[in-house]
Amino acid sequence: MNRFDFIRPASLAEAVTAAAVPGSVYLAGGTNLLDLMKIGVTRPERVIDISRLPGLDRIDWLPDGGVRIGALVRNADLAYDTRFAATYPAIAEALLSGASAQLRNAATVGGNLLQRTRCAYFQDTAGACNRRELGSGCDALHGENRLHAVLGWTEQCIATHPSDFCVPLAALGAVVEIEGVEGRKDIPIENLHSLPDATSAQESALLPGDLISGLRLPPEAAAFAGNARYMKLRERASYAFAVVSAAAMLDMDGDTIRAARLALGAVAAKPWRAHTAEAALIGQRPTREAFEKAATAALTDARPSGDNAFKITLAHRILVRALTLAHEGTPKVMPALPASPFPEQHLPAPKGDLHVA
Amino acid sequence: MPFSISLTVNGQPNSIALDDPRVTLLDLLRERLHLTGTKKGCDRGQCGACTVLLDGRRINACLTLAASLDGSTVTTIEGLADGAELHAVQAAFIACDGLQCGYCTPGQIMSAVGLLSEGHAGDDPERVRELMSGNICRCGAYQGITQAVLEAGHVLSQKTGVPDTGVQENGRNAA
Amino acid sequence: MSPEKQPATSRYGSNAGQPLTRRDGILKVTGRATYAADNHPEGLLYAVMAVSRIARGRVRSMNVDAAKAHSGVVEVLTPANRPPLFHDPHEKMPPFGFRVEVLQDDSVRYGNQPIALVIAETLEAATEGAALLDPQYDTEPARVGREAGIRFDPPAVSIGGPPKTAHGDVEAGFSNAAITVEAEVETPPQYHNAMEPHAVVAEWDGNRVVLDMPNQALALSCASYAAFFGIPVDNVTIRSPFLGGGFGSKAILNGPQILAILAARMLNRPVKLALTRAQMYGPVGHRGQTWQKIRIGMESDGTLTALHHRSLSATSAFDDFLEPAANASLPLYASPAILVEHEGIRLDTGTPGPMRAPGEASGSAALEVAIDEAAQACGMDPLAFRLKNYAETEPATGKPFSSKALRTCYEEGATRFGWSRRPRAAGQMRDENGLLVGWGMGTAVFGCPHFPAEARATLRADGTALVETGAADMGQGAWTALAQIAAEALGLDPDQVEFHSGLSTLPDAGIAGGSGHTASAGLALNQAGGDAIAQLSDLAVNDPASRLFGAGNIGLTARNGRLYRRDDESRSESYAEILARSGRSDVVGTAKSNRDPTVATDHALYSHGAVFAEVKIDPDLGQIRTTRLVGAFAAGRIINPRLVQSQYFGGMIWGISFALHEEAITDKRTGRIMNADLAEYHVPVNADVPPLEAILVPEDDAIVNPIGVKGVGEIGITGTVGAIANAVWHATGSRIRKFPIRIEDVLSAR
Repeated sequence: MNRFDFIRPASLAEAVTAAAVPGSVYLAGGTNLLDLMKIGVTRPERVIDISRLPGLDRIDWLPDGGVRIGALVRNADLAYDTRFAATYPAIAEALLSGASAQLRNAATVGGNLLQRTRCAYFQDTAGACNRRELGSGCDALHGENRLHAVLGWTEQCIATHPSDFCVPLAALGAVVEIEGVEGRKDIPIENLHSLPDATSAQESALLPGDLISGLRLPPEAAAFAGNARYMKLRERASYAFAVVSAAAMLDMDGDTIRAARLALGAVAAKPWRAHTAEAALIGQRPTREAFEKAATAALTDARPSGDNAFKITLAHRILVRALTLAHEGTPKVMPALPASPFPEQHLPAPKGDLHVA
Repeated sequence: MPFSISLTVNGQPNSIALDDPRVTLLDLLRERLHLTGTKKGCDRGQCGACTVLLDGRRINACLTLAASLDGSTVTTIEGLADGAELHAVQAAFIACDGLQCGYCTPGQIMSAVGLLSEGHAGDDPERVRELMSGNICRCGAYQGITQAVLEAGHVLSQKTGVPDTGVQENGRNAA
Repeated sequence: MSPEKQPATSRYGSNAGQPLTRRDGILKVTGRATYAADNHPEGLLYAVMAVSRIARGRVRSMNVDAAKAHSGVVEVLTPANRPPLFHDPHEKMPPFGFRVEVLQDDSVRYGNQPIALVIAETLEAATEGAALLDPQYDTEPARVGREAGIRFDPPAVSIGGPPKTAHGDVEAGFSNAAITVEAEVETPPQYHNAMEPHAVVAEWDGNRVVLDMPNQALALSCASYAAFFGIPVDNVTIRSPFLGGGFGSKAILNGPQILAILAARMLNRPVKLALTRAQMYGPVGHRGQTWQKIRIGMESDGTLTALHHRSLSATSAFDDFLEPAANASLPLYASPAILVEHEGIRLDTGTPGPMRAPGEASGSAALEVAIDEAAQACGMDPLAFRLKNYAETEPATGKPFSSKALRTCYEEGATRFGWSRRPRAAGQMRDENGLLVGWGMGTAVFGCPHFPAEARATLRADGTALVETGAADMGQGAWTALAQIAAEALGLDPDQVEFHSGLSTLPDAGIAGGSGHTASAGLALNQAGGDAIAQLSDLAVNDPASRLFGAGNIGLTARNGRLYRRDDESRSESYAEILARSGRSDVVGTAKSNRDPTVATDHALYSHGAVFAEVKIDPDLGQIRTTRLVGAFAAGRIINPRLVQSQYFGGMIWGISFALHEEAITDKRTGRIMNADLAEYHVPVNADVPPLEAILVPEDDAIVNPIGVKGVGEIGITGTVGAIANAVWHATGSRIRKFPIRIEDVLSAR
């Protein structure tokens, strides 16, 4: 890790001014930033510690029925907030399926939105990566890429966005609040992350100095509380990034779908909201056939970026599964293994007795 | 640019001069305060061996900059036992053989202490397994670890008289 | 006998046999157990290694000036200034030597090879110094994978083992076969990933050096380090009270540690080096990749006629360790003709080495899958098929087994698991949630090596004992089990035995490897204890003032700190009384032990077991979960059932890992490992591990060694891998012959 100036601003305004200087990064939970600094992917000259900035760690319920989440609210605190989890259960489930309890205790809402890809070629400074260095190439393209993008990729970059949290946020149309040199602005989460672009290594819509101060969920997001799931496929039962994931939410009018929200994770450089699939569900009965059709619509443009065609199959199936489970109803209690396809496998307690034949 | 932070470690307030902003909480504990019970297994938040309690919550010390901790309180494995009397989690790890080589053990134990105070696992072994999954044990002592956490949970809930059901309500039926 | 009827604690009735908790438990749960990197001598410097980011070629340049200019950096060791060593790093040191990289030149032979060592006043400065070196390379194409590697006929596999073993006429066996099955199985490169990264703290005093390092073979290592540094062996002291896991990777000398020791001498200050997690994927060994082919011939009733097991085993471009995978077919199934053979393939990778159950893990994974296919081909239950071909003598040699309770293992395991309810055909079972359910089994087997060992047992004036041997506790419980053996030999309670271990100045306890440590060091302790008791007995029986005077021919029994006349237990005397009267402050028993070599030439020596697995698989999503695992193992005399159970559990979890998770993924263009961390190189987490059962099947073995102890550390992996793979077949109907079994394999198979 290179030496850097450690700066602790006293206010939001001071932070933004400090971070507008090139070579600056914000430090909040540190769970992603410090890792990237240790492996040399990020070598900041100035670390602006915003972890103690006042007022950014609150969950505020808004008069319009929405909610505002401060950027410094820790992942675990949000997931275990009773009212939040009851209102947005798929978000809570997504949060609890991510990382580990320790990391969720440290990682913040704002940092989660901006976490960098897990692409091994991005992390490996010995190789070419347009995301690290525009124009250097993409070693993932013909490399070990079985877990890479199947949507929205170009030869520029086939990396995926690793967040679980962002998937239901995208589905629910969250709005990201940003403080910048020019003042405050709102960005819909769908516009926050950039898809690969040959002219820019920009990963997000943020400008130098821009600080995510919070996140809002619009009032209509609460309508899906009764039928909301997040599903995540992993290569081990826990503490692993998604192979693919899906958030599915339904607003039911009797036996008819009044509104649907769908998004996929780990398939593209951004959390992938499936608008056409949502539209295809409106007014339909919640049948397997309707879910299959929606999944097909969501993946019309999907194509393998390498050795990963199976992810398209999986994405389709996990969408159908998430819709099916969402229709069955949000579980009364958080599953023991959040977002797992093995939700109710309550394996018994281990026995302590020694076992001699 | 040297600066100092105040940090309470295992109940002891310290003023710590930092000559280098790069020092992580883990390296501060191990190399500068010589509290080596907290272990480095990966230094990247991928194994849990460095788990400590920061202001009462379990975190990975390797991904925490010491400089950012001014005014915080840290509890490490060295600060868990009350004199010669082991913490219930420590005793249960021995009784259930929840350890082999012992290297991940301080992190496992601090994680278990954090888990029990969070109160989301109750007495459900499946929840314990999930919520202890941030601590890798290469020897494969998981069965004893799960059992130890369950047993320590019983002991602690009997001590405090608080029933430890801990399962989070979720969704519409809970509202 | 069932566990309900008889608690394990009462089965042996001596100190050994009790399920004592770990003697080092309190140290380990309070953070006071000291591992190598926890040491912090005065004046300590920190070393950080720089490693190659290419797999083949040479380092053209490094920016040493930039590194040295970084505040706090003291020195940079490169091939240009590395002080001389007294041993050629290309020359292998017997008996377990490997070629090592110690900056002898600028060549790069694998990814993550050490190319420089940066030494600084702080860890932060050394880390950044290493990053600033920014090496430039002349790169040659990496040879990775089966197609690009260079094949060769190996002179040996593992450590000096024969590459080919033939018994009977295999071709005749196949031509007589009514049914023949063939299975090709691929196993990936796997890395030990002990939780404790390799570390050393080296401190010189003149030409003597003290090394704090995790080490599985203290005496052997001292000799090797002495050779490298040109000093007498007695000038090297290694302190290794605890290893944070070894699994084979800490038995063998490696380059990084030598460099750190060299730096300490060069700078005349103590130096600490701890590898990063990523650096453990290269210079410290791994389990080499294999491509195995098994052919099984049988009569229509399932009787084997021929077994042919061939392994293409990978090694590095510059050394020779080959996974002896095919040898797994030698000891298990009774076939009149068996041929096992190995071919080598050189890749641009670090040299593989022994990793928990070397050969057996990979080989038995393949064999147990093939055996399951054979059972399926003749329409037999997999357990019935295995019983049909049960070997009463070692198949490849005809030697009798020293003991073999495998039949009981099969019975106990199958009963506990409920195997008899298993439908023969695949794809028959679903649970209440619609998940596919499959049951599979595998046979576990592991040999019983024995190493020379020494020990010292001192009976002290107060009637307690000091017992010393330089054993290695890497989690198996040496501190506890060896002390129990010593206590039993001394007729004392374990609490009265002060046990010193993990230090090279103590008597040599041999190697902690091959699941042979408890037997080897245990035998030395047993004999040293016996020697001390014999000396004490001599004092008593020759002392007219003793109640035991003249009982020399009758014999004495040592128990509870007293010697008893064997024919009249009312006549006894405490150790303290005997010593006090003799005017001696202590008696010192010593032993240099080894197994009688004819034991191994005349007998087949193995631990055995049977593993039964249940998996559940999501039919649409392909995700697999092991939901039940029952193992029944027979491994001779059990010193501490609690610790042994933990060893079995650990091995079984390694089996889950092998079957479903672990794989190092190498970029075929660069030879670089792309998942050299613990986030993407998946080992099981707690949530992957179902309730486990390990049944300890009693087995008396008066032959294997005088204390009747076999090994338990590695056998748990063998059998388990195959059991899980076979359960996946039973759930889905598809045979997946490439490990680890992945989601897409299950999807494409369906």
